[in-house]
Amino acid sequence: MEAIPMSVPAAPEGVAHESARLHVSGEADYVDDIAVVAGTLHAAPGLSERAHARIRAPELEAVRRQPGVVAVLTAADIPGINDCGAVVADEPILADGEVRYVGQPVFLVVADSAETARRAARAARIDYEALPARLDLAAARDKLDLVLPPMQLRRGDPQAALAAAPHRLVAEWRAGGQEHFYLEGQVSYCLPVEDGGLHLWCSTQHPSEVQKSVARCLATTANRIVVEVRRLGGGFGGKEAQATGFACLAALAAWKLRRPVKLRLDRDDDMCATGKRHEVLYRLAAGYDDSGRILAADVEMALNAGHCADLSGAIATRAACHVDNAYFLPHVDIRALCCRTNLQSSTAFRGFGAPQAALATEYLIDTIARRLDEDPLAVRRRNFYGGEGRDLTPYGQRVVDNVLESLVAELEASSEYRLRRDAVRAFNADSPVLRKGLALTPVKFGISFNLSHLNQAGALVHLYTDGSVLLSHGGTEMGQGVHTKVAQVVARTLGVSLSVVRIAPTDVSRVANTSATAASTGTDLNGKAAEAAARRIRERLAAVAAAHFGVPLEAVGFAEGRVRAGDAEMSIAALARLAHRARVQLWSDGFYATPSLHWDEDSMTGHPFYYFAYGAAVSEVVIDSLTGEWRVLRADLLHDAGASINPAIDRGQVEGGFIQGMGWLTMEELRRDAEGRLLTHSPSTYKIPGVSDCPPDFRVRLYPNPNREDTILRSKAVGEPPFLLGISVFLAIRDAIASFAPPRVAPPLRAPATPEAILDAIEAARAGAGV
Amino acid sequence: MKAGGGITSPEPGRATIRFLLDDRIVEVHDPVPTRSLLDFLREDLGCTGTKEGCAEGDCGACNVVVGERVVAAQGERLRLRALAACLCFLPTLDGKALFTVESLKAADGVLHPVQQALVECHGSQCGFCTPGFVMSLFALFRSDEAPTAAAIRDALAGNLCRCTGYRPIVEAGARMYALGADERDWLRRPGAGSEAGESERALLARLVALERRDPLCIDGPHVRFDAPTSLAGFAALCEAHPEACILAGGTDAAPWVRKRHRPLPHLIHVGRVEELKRIVPDGGGLEIGAGASLRDAFAALDRLYPELAALWRRFGAMPVRNAGTLGGNIANASPVGDATPILIALGASLLLRRGEAVRELALGDFHRGYRQTALTPGEFIEAVRVPRPQADLRVRGYKVARRHDQDVAAVSAGFALRLDGRNVCEARLAWGGMAATPKRAPAAEAALLGRPWDEAAVRAAMAALEEDFRPIDDLRASSTYRMKVAQNLLMRLWLETRREAPLAAAQVDLRSLG
Repeated sequence: MEAIPMSVPAAPEGVAHESARLHVSGEADYVDDIAVVAGTLHAAPGLSERAHARIRAPELEAVRRQPGVVAVLTAADIPGINDCGAVVADEPILADGEVRYVGQPVFLVVADSAETARRAARAARIDYEALPARLDLAAARDKLDLVLPPMQLRRGDPQAALAAAPHRLVAEWRAGGQEHFYLEGQVSYCLPVEDGGLHLWCSTQHPSEVQKSVARCLATTANRIVVEVRRLGGGFGGKEAQATGFACLAALAAWKLRRPVKLRLDRDDDMCATGKRHEVLYRLAAGYDDSGRILAADVEMALNAGHCADLSGAIATRAACHVDNAYFLPHVDIRALCCRTNLQSSTAFRGFGAPQAALATEYLIDTIARRLDEDPLAVRRRNFYGGEGRDLTPYGQRVVDNVLESLVAELEASSEYRLRRDAVRAFNADSPVLRKGLALTPVKFGISFNLSHLNQAGALVHLYTDGSVLLSHGGTEMGQGVHTKVAQVVARTLGVSLSVVRIAPTDVSRVANTSATAASTGTDLNGKAAEAAARRIRERLAAVAAAHFGVPLEAVGFAEGRVRAGDAEMSIAALARLAHRARVQLWSDGFYATPSLHWDEDSMTGHPFYYFAYGAAVSEVVIDSLTGEWRVLRADLLHDAGASINPAIDRGQVEGGFIQGMGWLTMEELRRDAEGRLLTHSPSTYKIPGVSDCPPDFRVRLYPNPNREDTILRSKAVGEPPFLLGISVFLAIRDAIASFAPPRVAPPLRAPATPEAILDAIEAARAGAGV
Repeated sequence: MKAGGGITSPEPGRATIRFLLDDRIVEVHDPVPTRSLLDFLREDLGCTGTKEGCAEGDCGACNVVVGERVVAAQGERLRLRALAACLCFLPTLDGKALFTVESLKAADGVLHPVQQALVECHGSQCGFCTPGFVMSLFALFRSDEAPTAAAIRDALAGNLCRCTGYRPIVEAGARMYALGADERDWLRRPGAGSEAGESERALLARLVALERRDPLCIDGPHVRFDAPTSLAGFAALCEAHPEACILAGGTDAAPWVRKRHRPLPHLIHVGRVEELKRIVPDGGGLEIGAGASLRDAFAALDRLYPELAALWRRFGAMPVRNAGTLGGNIANASPVGDATPILIALGASLLLRRGEAVRELALGDFHRGYRQTALTPGEFIEAVRVPRPQADLRVRGYKVARRHDQDVAAVSAGFALRLDGRNVCEARLAWGGMAATPKRAPAAEAALLGRPWDEAAVRAAMAALEEDFRPIDDLRASSTYRMKVAQNLLMRLWLETRREAPLAAAQVDLRSLG
C-alpha cells in the first residue's frame, strides 16, 4: 500500500507554543511534577458503590487501620459548607447521608503514599439502604424529573406552521455523552502556609472558583487561599467545574492535618467520579417545502444532567441558542430539559451544548434532503442564514457577519465536492462490500459566555528595568495556546520580541475574580485585557522618550525592542531604566469587558454573542458492510478564525476539535451496567480516536476574515467551533449507509455510530426502513 | 561499579538491581518487585518528564525506550525499543539501558531531532502526552531510516493524544529525519546503521559490565521475584512453586497489581531465559519460544504467512508487542485473543514443560474454560509450534473492533481452508470473542466439508455457526452483533477466496484505500 517513505514535510510557519520546547524535553511541569515538600501526604477518595442509597453505617474503621493511613475524612469534617456546585448549591463535596451515583466521593483517605491511600479506600464496608435509582434518561424525561426549570425558546407560530407545511418529519433520536479524557487526570496539591493560609496548585480551568469554593468549604476568606495554575494537561471543559470538588478535598485534608496534601485521581476513579458531555434525547419535528426549506421546527432536547445541576443551565441555554446552527428557522419552538438521573453530573465539554443542538438540525436537514432525493448540500444552502428577512436568530440577535455562503462555496470548490460526489456514487455502484459516503456540514458558533457578566478579564504586565516582561492574566493554559497568543499581543503592543515576554502562572493573587477559561473566550478576553495593560505602559514610556529626546509624542514609536523618537533611538531596556529613574510606573493592570452584550433569561432573547465564528468541513468515509467498521479517507476543513493571531495554533485547534467531534459521534461510547456502574472507565474500554483515525488526506485551512467587531487584533475565538465540524464524519457515514437504501429513504443511525450501530443501520437501509 | 568484571553473585542477604540511565548506573537495593518503572522514575528519581496517563499501558504517556544487547549480523548491537513504563516491573530493568524523555536533549540545550521536529510541526498542545510520543518516535528514529507513513502510524498506535488529532505528530515523524543527523552522537543518528559506532560500543561495554550471570532472586517481605537464567532453572522453580505467577512482558500482570490491587506473592520472570526467547525453524514451520516478544514472533511469522501482517499490526500496539510474548498471550487465556484463533486455524501446537517432562498439545485443546487452561501445576508453555504454510491452504485472520489501533476485538477469527479440486477438504475455522475461550466451530466446519466452495455452502456454514456459539452481550458488542459479524467474516472469506472473481483487497479491506 504505502511502500514509499513518507516525504519530509517542510516546517510549517507560525510561532510555536510557548511551552513547546518544555513539552518535548519533559521539562514542562504539571501539578504532579512539582517537587513536593517534605511531609507531603497523599489522598484518595472512597467512591460510592450505589447509584442511589442512604448511607446507614459508613464502616471506615477498616480503612483507618490500614498501615500508612493517616486520616479518613468524611462530610462531618468539613468546617464550612459542604458544597462545590458551580451555580446551584446541590453538589456535596463528600456525600452526606445519601449517595446519588456510583462513583460519588463519600470519604477521603489520607496516607503516606497514593498507592496506600487508594488501596485503603477499598477496605471500606459501607452499609447502604437502597433508594430508587433513575438511570434512564427517557424515564427522567417522561417524569419531568429535572434539576432546573425547563427552558423554552419560541418564535412565530411553530405549531400552525408545522400543520400547514407541505411535508412533515417527526423523529425521536438520541446522541451519546462523551468522556473528556484529558491525558492529565484531576490533580491538586495543597500546601498550608502561615495564618490559616493555603497555597493550592491545581489543574483547573477556573482558579477563582476553586478559591471561592475552598474558602467556603473551610469557612475562611478568599484572601487566604492562593490558587496557582501553570498549565493543564488538557481540560476541554472537564476541569471547569469538576476540578473544584477535588481541590476542596485536598485543601480540607491539608487544613485539617496541617500537612501538604496531594490528591491525584487514578484514571479509573477519575472517569467514574467526574462528569461528562450531556447525553441527549431528542423529539424532533420539522415542516418543510418541496425544496427542502424548513418552514417550522419543533425541537425538544432532554439533556441528561446527572445527579445535580452543575453547569447544565448554561449548557442548555447555549444548546437552545445553537439549534439553528447555520440555518434560518422562521417558526421555531425549542425546549431544553435538564433531566435528573443517578449518574455523574454532566458538565462543560468543548461546545457546551452547541454540538448536541446543531447535530439535531444537521440530522433533520440530512433526512429532509434524502426524503426529497436531493444532495444534502443543496438543501443546506437553501436554509442558510442570508437573504431578505432571513438574518434573525430565534433569540433575536441579528446575524450581521454571515460568511456562510462564500465560505461554503470556497470549500465546495477546493474540496471538489461535486466531482467527488459523482466518484462516490460510481464507486458504490460497483462495490459489494465497501461503500463510500461524503458530507459537507457547516458551523456557525456564537462567541461570548451566554451569561453576559462573565465576559470580563484582567491582566497584569510588568516591565523590568532589564527590559524583560512578565505577563499575568486570568486565562489558564490547557494546550489551546492562550498564553502564546496573549504573549504575542503584549510583545506586539510593547514593540518587543516575543522572547523577552515570559508568562507567569495563572494566579488568583495576581489577577482576581477571573472567569473560567471557557466558551472559547480565553484569548478574546485576556488578550484585550493584556493589550490594555501593555498599552498603558507603552504610553508612559512614550512620554518619557518624548521628553528625553525632545520630540512630540507622535514621533515616538516602538518596534523590535527599540524605541524610536524622531532620528534618535534606544533600547526599550534603556528606556525602562530611564523611566524608572524618573519614577514612572513600569507595570500596569488591564481590564476588559466585552461590549454590547445583553441577555434576558426568562424570554431567552437578547444579544448574547459578540460575534459568530464560521466554518465548514467535507468528510469522505468508507464503511465495511460486513462488520460496520469505517474510516475517514479525506477531510477538508475551512475555518474562520478571523485575522488569526497564530495560524499554527489555530490550525491545531481546528484539527484537534474536528477529531474530537468525530470521536464523540463514532467510537466514543459510554456504557453502564444495570446498576449504573460505568463500564467504560479506562482507555482499554473507552476508545478515543487513535493515530490511524486521523484522515490520511487531511486538508485544513483558515478562512481569512478579519473580525468586523473590535476583537483582539480582529481575530476570532477558535477553541470550540471546530468541534462541530466532526458532524460531517457522522453524516458521511450515514451517506455511505444510504447507498444500501432505496431512493428517498433516510436510514436511521444512532450516535455514536459504532460499528454495531452502522451494521444495524445498514440492515434498516436494506429493509427500506427510514426516518 | 567495576568495568568489565560483570556481576557474578548477589550480595548475601541483599538483592541489588542495576541499570543504565543515560550516563549513570542506577542501583536499587531490595526493590519491591512489583513496583513499576513509572512510579520509580517519578517518585524515587524525580524524573517527572515521564507521565502517568492511565497506568495500564493504554495511553503511551509513560513510554520510555529500553536498550538491550543483541547479536546481529554485523556483531553486537544495542537494540532500542519503546516500552510503557507503567507495565515494567522494576527488576525487569536489571542489566538494561534506559532512556527517558529527559535523555534526549543535548547538554548544550540543543533538542534531539525528534524533539525539534515536534516543535517545528506544532506537535504539542497541552503537552502531557508529548514525552510518550517523543519516546515512541525516538525508538522509530533509531530503528528505521526512512519509514513509510504507515510505519510511523504503527510506531504511534499506542500513544493517545486528545488535543492535536495526530496530523502534526505524524508529520514530525517524517520531518525528524531532515534535522541534523549528528555523526558524533549515535542517539542523533537515524536508523540502526550497519554496525555499532564508538559511543554505541562504549555503551555496550558498560552493559556487559552490568550483566548478571547468576539468577536474580529478590526475596522481599511481600513479594518474591525470581529471574532464572536457564530453561532448566526456570522449570525447576516453576515445579517447586506451582502457585507462583509466571511473569513475561507484564502487560497483564502490571494492571492486576496497579488497578486491581491483586497480590502477586511470587513472580518467576521469563525475561532472562534465552532458550525461551528463541525462534527457530521447525520443519519449514517455526518453533517460537514462549518468551519471545510478540514483535519478534510476528516478524518471523510474517515471513511464513505474509497475509497475516495486517492482523498482527492490530495486536495491541508497539510497546505492548515489544514487551508481551506469544506464550503469555496464550497462557492468560483471554476469551478474545487476537492471535489464538488464527494460530488454532493454522494448526499450531504448544510444547508444555513440567520439570524435565515435555508434552505437545494442540493449541485448540489448550483452553478449557473461561481463563482456564490445560496446564498442570508447575507446568508452563515452553514454545509455540506453527506449521509451515501449505501451498493450497487459504489462510485469513480478521479482527473486528471499534478502533483500529490498540483495541480489544469484539470478534476475531482465523480461517484455514483447503480445496480438493472444487470441494472443501479441510476447514479449520476458529473465533475469538464468541465464547469463554477462543475455539473452533465444528458445526460450521462440518457444513463446509465435502461441499463445493460456493455461496450455498458458505451460507450453510453461516447458519450452522448459530449451533456453535452463543456469544454474550458486553460493553464491546451485543450478542447479536457478534453473531452477525462472525457469520459475515465467513462471507468475507468466501468473497476473497472463491474460485470465480474473488474480491481483491481494495474491494474488501477499507485500510487498503486512500
